[in-house]
Amino acid sequence: MSGTYLGMPAFPRAAAASTRDTQLRANLTHATRTIRDKRAKAVAELDDWAQLRAAGAAVKDRTLRHLDHYLEQLEAAVIAAGGQVHWAVDADEANRIVTRLVRETGETEVVKVKSMATQEIGLNEALAEAGIRAYETDLAELIVQLGHDLPSHILVPAIHRNRSEIRDIFRREMASWGRPAPDGLTDSPAELAEAARLHLREKFLSAKVGISGANFMVAETGTLVVVESEGNGRMCLTLPETLISVVGIEKVVPAWQDLEVFLQLLPRSSTAERMNPYTSTWTGTTDGDGPQTFHLVLLDNGRTDTLADTVGRQALRCIRCSACLNVCPVYERAGGHAYGSPYPGPIGAILTPQLRGLAGSLEASLPYASSLCGACYEVCPVAIDIPEVLVHLRERVVEGGPVTRGGARTVLRPARGHAAERATMRAAGWAFDHPGVLRAGMRLAARTRRLHPRRLPGPGRAWSRTRDLPAVPAESFRDWWQRTRGTSPKHEGGGK
Amino acid sequence: MSSRDVVLARVRQALTDVPRGEGPDGPPVARDYRRVHGSRTRAQTVELLAENLADYRAIVHRTDAEGLPGLIGRLLAERGARTVLVPPGLDASWTAGADVTRVEDRVSSTPHELDAVDSVLTGCAVAIAETGTLVLDADPDQGRRRITLVPDRHLCVVRVPGQVVGSVPEALPRLAPDRPLTWISGPSATSDIELDRVEGVHGPRTLEVILLTADEEEETG
Amino acid sequence: MRVALFVTCINDALHPRTGQAVVTLLERLGVEVDFPVEQSCCGQPQFNTGYRHATEPLVRRFDRAFRDYEYVVTPSGSCAAMVRDNYPRIGAKAAAEGRGRGLVDAAAVAVPKMYELTEFLVDVLKVEDVGACYPHTVTYHPTCHGLRMLGLGDRPRRLLEHVEGLELRELPGAEECCGFGGTFAVKNPAVSAAMGADKVRHILGTGAEAVCTVDNSCLLHIGGTLTRQGATVRPVHIAEILASTEGSPW
Repeated sequence: MSGTYLGMPAFPRAAAASTRDTQLRANLTHATRTIRDKRAKAVAELDDWAQLRAAGAAVKDRTLRHLDHYLEQLEAAVIAAGGQVHWAVDADEANRIVTRLVRETGETEVVKVKSMATQEIGLNEALAEAGIRAYETDLAELIVQLGHDLPSHILVPAIHRNRSEIRDIFRREMASWGRPAPDGLTDSPAELAEAARLHLREKFLSAKVGISGANFMVAETGTLVVVESEGNGRMCLTLPETLISVVGIEKVVPAWQDLEVFLQLLPRSSTAERMNPYTSTWTGTTDGDGPQTFHLVLLDNGRTDTLADTVGRQALRCIRCSACLNVCPVYERAGGHAYGSPYPGPIGAILTPQLRGLAGSLEASLPYASSLCGACYEVCPVAIDIPEVLVHLRERVVEGGPVTRGGARTVLRPARGHAAERATMRAAGWAFDHPGVLRAGMRLAARTRRLHPRRLPGPGRAWSRTRDLPAVPAESFRDWWQRTRGTSPKHEGGGK
Repeated sequence: MSSRDVVLARVRQALTDVPRGEGPDGPPVARDYRRVHGSRTRAQTVELLAENLADYRAIVHRTDAEGLPGLIGRLLAERGARTVLVPPGLDASWTAGADVTRVEDRVSSTPHELDAVDSVLTGCAVAIAETGTLVLDADPDQGRRRITLVPDRHLCVVRVPGQVVGSVPEALPRLAPDRPLTWISGPSATSDIELDRVEGVHGPRTLEVILLTADEEEETG
Repeated sequence: MRVALFVTCINDALHPRTGQAVVTLLERLGVEVDFPVEQSCCGQPQFNTGYRHATEPLVRRFDRAFRDYEYVVTPSGSCAAMVRDNYPRIGAKAAAEGRGRGLVDAAAVAVPKMYELTEFLVDVLKVEDVGACYPHTVTYHPTCHGLRMLGLGDRPRRLLEHVEGLELRELPGAEECCGFGGTFAVKNPAVSAAMGADKVRHILGTGAEAVCTVDNSCLLHIGGTLTRQGATVRPVHIAEILASTEGSPW
């Protein structure tokens, strides 16, 4: 696994490879099942979960429907509190802004809080090109960074690694980044966490620049919120002199009071805790406490394009809890890397094709990376109807339709490579609308049923490689009905 | 056009389906979730706080004003602490019974200096029973955010029942958004290795919470 | 009481016995069953693969076939969910495109009359003991659309628990998808097969003679996987169990 998501194959191919990786499967099954049951317990503690969930969705919807208003209000409040606000239309611009801000401090090293937005824009690579070293400080992000790997989960980026793999990475790589792993390091999670503490502490104590994302931004007060567990977030948010936060524009909520909803929904959905160990909130800068320079970089990077789709925009409610990944049977077997972006699992399958557009083969394959079982929708704390959006995006893939890319409205053409399927679907649709034809087809199938193979050639092989085909019965239901009952009365005002 | 104008223009263009007359306060949000879960007396709320603090591996002690200096002295001595960080507004009597060097929280202290201190002692702003959470708001008895982060051990005094609320919705109105807040629920932890929870990562390894019964508080249900 | 049977295209072509079982069962319970022959497919395969426009004629056809009935009963959680959840969406989207006259109304008329079989039995007929006898060990797999889109809850289990001679075996990981997912099975065959293999492992682990669902589409996948592995567990639709009696075993 190289350190980039670029040029990754379409989902089915990557997923097929993952299903054959028994170690990966075992790691993922163990981890997702552990958290799944804990989440259910944490949620069951609150008898008003359904109301909280509805309120969370409603607050996010209201914000999205008036996003311009809330962004301007947020900007004014942050500036009034001593912060500086920058706007980035896309990843490149965000990277340029952050690089410039770090350069202005004269520093060549930064410490980072785990942030999906900076993963999304490839900030670390951009900084490296400018000669700036970015140290990931979240334990899982550190494991990923030291392992020259890619995150595969929103909450637990190294979920695909088990304890002994992590021990090997620490032993092999820590020395070239700073303090080496302790001699005789075992694979006990407590020892591994301690090794990370020792390795990173020297970086925290001398860091002058911190980079973060944010879980929430409160428009009315200009307050940013970071929810975390390890304390690495607090280190990066309070010890450096300069703090740069890169945040997607959809992370804004209108009011301080709204946090009462999200600070209940997020910890229970995410880490399955009543409350995560540490939450930091800050508003601009505070004299004598924490960074005296604060920059907020507001990131679009496809979010306004997503917002333009009235069905798909609900994906922007996402609070990045990862509950949908942990219950997804497809994610559990395919692994996070198959989704080709920092956003894996069900939410990734609807977010990535909207942020990047459907033009690429990976992006066009993502809406199909689901059996539509609905488990994701059931656990989503902000009630994103992921199956609805998946089907909506499938329609865009095969039928084309109106989309917004780079702020411009265009009409997407149907994707190539679906011609045979389209023909089949049209033929089937036509047949289903002509019951006489349908019945003839069924009768033909029944008459020839002794000749049917149990395995199919060509495209049908995908089915019959692991499954037998059903046997065709001697008589369809409608023929049986006609033979035994005659035709049913058509319209006799029945049933009233 | 600046990038700011570009993004805002794209947002407005994306929202042409929103009726013109609908203001930023619409559509309304139903806030029919609970202000607090269950009904408890103040004493029961304090009990729940103690229970949930302990559940997330904080060590809970109880005392009154008279016993506080002795308890703090004992807790510091037990761990062999030689130094304790104190915020500027901390009641000096709290450490009167402790045979340790008090280290002041100064703006000029470097993180390395803080790293050399054994323990930190603070008050708090609010404690939330349902979640076992302490909230610090940088008041003079709590000091700068970093002092409760770098030392290995945090001793936090909560005045009960006065500083205890039942729930997250009850906590937020008591907190000032313009202050930097730190919400603490147990010692630092990670579940990043096989989703197996381990306590003590970058923040304090140990969180000791002292529930201080205030004399003047009437215990009423 | 008179109801229309919506047998579904899969049952019509591949599982006529399930349709026959519904007729037998409902008639035994004193319900008059009609089969409007102009019915065909609910459009779910097309809709879920992205061909929304191809489903519109099928929404109209459903409307024509069932307009005169107060109750439409189907032995498929998935097809019932298609009508109840997606017909209104098809109507609304067509209206937003300024086309599809009558689709919104067709959906509005269809939704309240659409019942999945176990819903109809428990909620409308208010029966849980349908007088069935099926002397076998059975494990029940709640299919996703019935479970999560329709909210069938424990209705199927309550019906099964009243069946004489039937021993219900708990299925571990019951609420996990079997991996069928319609075109998912051929678009992502590796993941679909891996999910199917796990489901089948759990089914075999129960030692049950039969695995029962409210959806033959999922049973196609589960049953095909079972027979490919040489397993003798019988995939059976709940209608066929409920239609079975001591005097006339199904």
